[in-house]
Amino acid sequence: MPDIVVVGAGIIGAACAHYAARAGLDVAVVDRGPVAGGTTGAGEGNVLVSDKEPGPELDLALLSNRLWRELAASPDGDGGRDGTGAAGGSGGGTGPEGGGGFEFEEKGGLVVAENARVLRELTAFADLAGKHGVEHVAVTADGLRDYEPHLAADLAGGVFYPQDAQVQPMLAAARLLRRGAERFGGGAPALRTGVTVTGFLRDGDRVTGVRTDRGDILAGAVVNAAGTWGGELAALAGARVPILPRRGFVLVTEPLDRPLVRHKVYTAAYVTAVASDSAGLETSAVVEGTPAGTVLIGASRERTGFDRTLSVPVLGRLAAQAVALFPALAERRAIRAYCGFRPYCPDHLPVIGEDPRAPGLYHACGHEGAGIGLAPATGHLIAQLLTGHRPDLDLTPFRPDRFEEGLP
Amino acid sequence: MTPDYDLAVIGGGPAGVAGALTAALAGLGVVLIDAAPRLGGQYFRRPAPGFRAGRPGALHHGLDRFTRQCEDLAGRADVLTGHRVWTVERDGGAVTVRCLAGDREERPRTVTARRLLIAAGAHDRPLPFPGWDLPGVLTPGAAQALLKGDLVVAGRRVVVAGTGPFLLPVAAGLAAAGAHVLGVHEAGGRTGLARHPFLAAGKLAEAFGYGARLARHRVPYRGRQAVVEAHGDGALTHVTIADLDRDWNPVATRTVACDTLACGYGFVAQLDLPVQLGCALRADPYGDLAVTVDAGMRTSVPGVYAAGETTGVGGAVLAEAEGRLAGRAVAADLGRRVPPDPVLSRRRDRLAAFARALGEAYPVRPGWRGWLRDDTPVCRCEEVPLAAVREALELGATDARSVKLLSRAGMGWCQGRMCGYAVSCLAGGSPAGDARAGAGGQGGGEARPGAGPAAFHRPIAQPVRLGDLAGTAAEPPRPGPPGTPAEVSHPPTEG
Amino acid sequence: MSGADATADGGGAAVNPAHRLVRARPEPEFAIEVDGGTVPVIPGQTIGAALYGAGIRSWRTTRSGGRPRGLFCGIGVCFDCLVTVNGAPSLRACLTEARPGDRVSTRTAGSGEGDAGHAREGTRSPGGDGAGEGGVGR
Repeated sequence: MPDIVVVGAGIIGAACAHYAARAGLDVAVVDRGPVAGGTTGAGEGNVLVSDKEPGPELDLALLSNRLWRELAASPDGDGGRDGTGAAGGSGGGTGPEGGGGFEFEEKGGLVVAENARVLRELTAFADLAGKHGVEHVAVTADGLRDYEPHLAADLAGGVFYPQDAQVQPMLAAARLLRRGAERFGGGAPALRTGVTVTGFLRDGDRVTGVRTDRGDILAGAVVNAAGTWGGELAALAGARVPILPRRGFVLVTEPLDRPLVRHKVYTAAYVTAVASDSAGLETSAVVEGTPAGTVLIGASRERTGFDRTLSVPVLGRLAAQAVALFPALAERRAIRAYCGFRPYCPDHLPVIGEDPRAPGLYHACGHEGAGIGLAPATGHLIAQLLTGHRPDLDLTPFRPDRFEEGLP
Repeated sequence: MTPDYDLAVIGGGPAGVAGALTAALAGLGVVLIDAAPRLGGQYFRRPAPGFRAGRPGALHHGLDRFTRQCEDLAGRADVLTGHRVWTVERDGGAVTVRCLAGDREERPRTVTARRLLIAAGAHDRPLPFPGWDLPGVLTPGAAQALLKGDLVVAGRRVVVAGTGPFLLPVAAGLAAAGAHVLGVHEAGGRTGLARHPFLAAGKLAEAFGYGARLARHRVPYRGRQAVVEAHGDGALTHVTIADLDRDWNPVATRTVACDTLACGYGFVAQLDLPVQLGCALRADPYGDLAVTVDAGMRTSVPGVYAAGETTGVGGAVLAEAEGRLAGRAVAADLGRRVPPDPVLSRRRDRLAAFARALGEAYPVRPGWRGWLRDDTPVCRCEEVPLAAVREALELGATDARSVKLLSRAGMGWCQGRMCGYAVSCLAGGSPAGDARAGAGGQGGGEARPGAGPAAFHRPIAQPVRLGDLAGTAAEPPRPGPPGTPAEVSHPPTEG
Repeated sequence: MSGADATADGGGAAVNPAHRLVRARPEPEFAIEVDGGTVPVIPGQTIGAALYGAGIRSWRTTRSGGRPRGLFCGIGVCFDCLVTVNGAPSLRACLTEARPGDRVSTRTAGSGEGDAGHAREGTRSPGGDGAGEGGVGR
């Protein structure tokens, strides 16, 4: 019997399992699909501190940023037997040792302002965040091209955020899980894919395991890391956790022979789109290169349920915004597009902590579009809770029953 | 907004041309869209006019008939050659077909129609083996395209290998055009065929009428043999040919010097567009996917029809029959008086049954996996070796999509069209199995693409310049439905 | 293939048997420039076919392994045969009809911005990163 069962093998579940195993717990991870098959597999791998205003989410992001660096720097559990460069990137180029085996890149983020007014707002935003530990450098209009030679000429200036980083999220989830299983767990297979949770085992109120289509799994505690489907999982325990999908498209270009985009580059409008409550379509280009040579272009936000139908106008807007930032992209081709569903809560904060309505059930979901960036801190804090330690951050803003307030 | 046409037909092969012509003759406003500069598809690919070929039919059966159909069509419908379709959308009662015109200019062009017939054909299905990415190794379809369209003979000393009856005309054509064809190596062998009622004649080469032609050029036709490795330093110099056991495990090998290898294991229908539209798919027992249609070639999506290889690989004659049936059904559905044609329907059924029998007679057997080594590239575009695919599986991938996400196999230029079948098999299933899993574990042979057979989900079917894509930004976005049933029905578990 | 091959009626051993098979009487060839050399084209041929017909089997190397690539699927599906034509990158040679005066480059497609000198400065990508290596051009 494992100490805990983590439901969900996305980046959040992987981080929870990893840190719990590091804390000495035996962990089983179940997922109805493969590893990283949900929102994790549809993301860009953003590890951002630049898009968050001071508050609990920024605190979480800063802690997570430190932890990502630590994870990327620590020797990989399977580094030695991986001479083929397998699963580390395109062909022999990237070994798993690079970037923790999951392409961690401290590339930095460059936020650009279209005009002087936006630049003033952006600078004020950055100065405020700076007081809370966000490193930043003001960049003049002329200075932008030192960072990004191919950037459009008509921008007013920007702010460079050196802490912003990127990971390959699927590899990150898979490698965190494997490291957890091989280095900290008791050697028992930690990951079980193709297992669907159908209910909870209870002892009175207390959650004592999960019921699955492959049999029951008893455990000391259960972690809900089901991402966009976390609300539905919570409902199986009789707990209301309002998590809804917010659709996003990502456009991917052909692999370029030379990097056209060096950092994570986005417009100041992205920050307001992230925080927006609008149900309608919002797009604000986030452009970045990957080690595979492709350029990824996000990020659209829509509340359309779980509809995967391609929307040409949405892709068109993403392309137009990307071309406005990098005119040379106009002649490059998009070769694929994909969409995913960000798990969002009404107050745009994740749910992290034990559920008082179902003791023994810990939630770690609802990270909206920031789940990759926030994963290590979430896993670390959950592990602290599971082992009876005082968490490094005050988890009150993330408590699972906060949405009950104001209900009749 | 009134659609531009009653019917848009995608694909200018025998199915598309027959469908467009039938619908046009019934009085519909028709546009036919094809990527190539000349109609014909792969089968009726014709030499460029610059060759002034006096007898182009020497390389095809039935070319004259097809050419007449094209001539008939020219005055009755708009024919857009050199137009690649990169996406199709359906909105209410109309479909929008987005194309790029010109082989290098790529001018965007959008066509709308009340009905859509997809006859997009198929491409070769390669299997990986050591050296399969060496220059000089190509698909039988490539050798055929070079010969038929450009009158270029692929090589001097040519080995033809793989499985399926298509190897025979390729070998016969190359031999007739002057190549020294060293042998045709059919992995499937001949003995299985005799058991099939349709193929009771036994010897396949004879059954298809190529025996005499191959014999004339002294081309040996060998069963249960395969090329399991290609060798050369920068270009092909020789191949290893293996005798196979029943499961395609090599039992004995020899090497043969050659400069060209044409190698393919059947065909894959081009399903990008039907999958974009959410058309239901059918998985054949031997693992191939095709669009499900009714007797009028209607797909599960209202207003969308399919014909030819899109509904199951079956060759040019079946494709033409299906195209005609589809054209009639579209006309009838749009209120034209079209009497039923039971003879045509029966003919189609008979040909389709024959095609299924052929497909069953030439299954891909699992032993090919043993031909691969750790460093054999499985994905050509991203250069992903077998070891990386294996590692992705160890890391928790369970199907082609998750192997792709973890190893990049299938993530490159071709979007998995070349390696998708192999990766699906290596991930422990068949493409059909993936389709069923993607549809939420539906049993039986029905694959619902609502959740998408991952291997075929390509929202962008042709590369499109970002500048051109940006041109669509002015259009208002369509509000999406609140959720498709296939998605919402997912049990609430992981993220 | 030399110019003499191009006519079915030219007689002798030089006649392309494929031409004889379909009784082709090709229009006069023109030449395209490929990496500085010349390749003959019969009007209507694709760039890929012209290269193959001239005995050129590969004209690109892969991004990461530097492996040679040419025609594979021959019908626009595999993208092995990418070339740059008159500066326009990433065209499929098997689909692109050759035109008189075409200049075909089989070197890296490039970003068209002449940025090789900038490729590494300013980026802080870790060593061994595939993206950084792309700047050298093969």
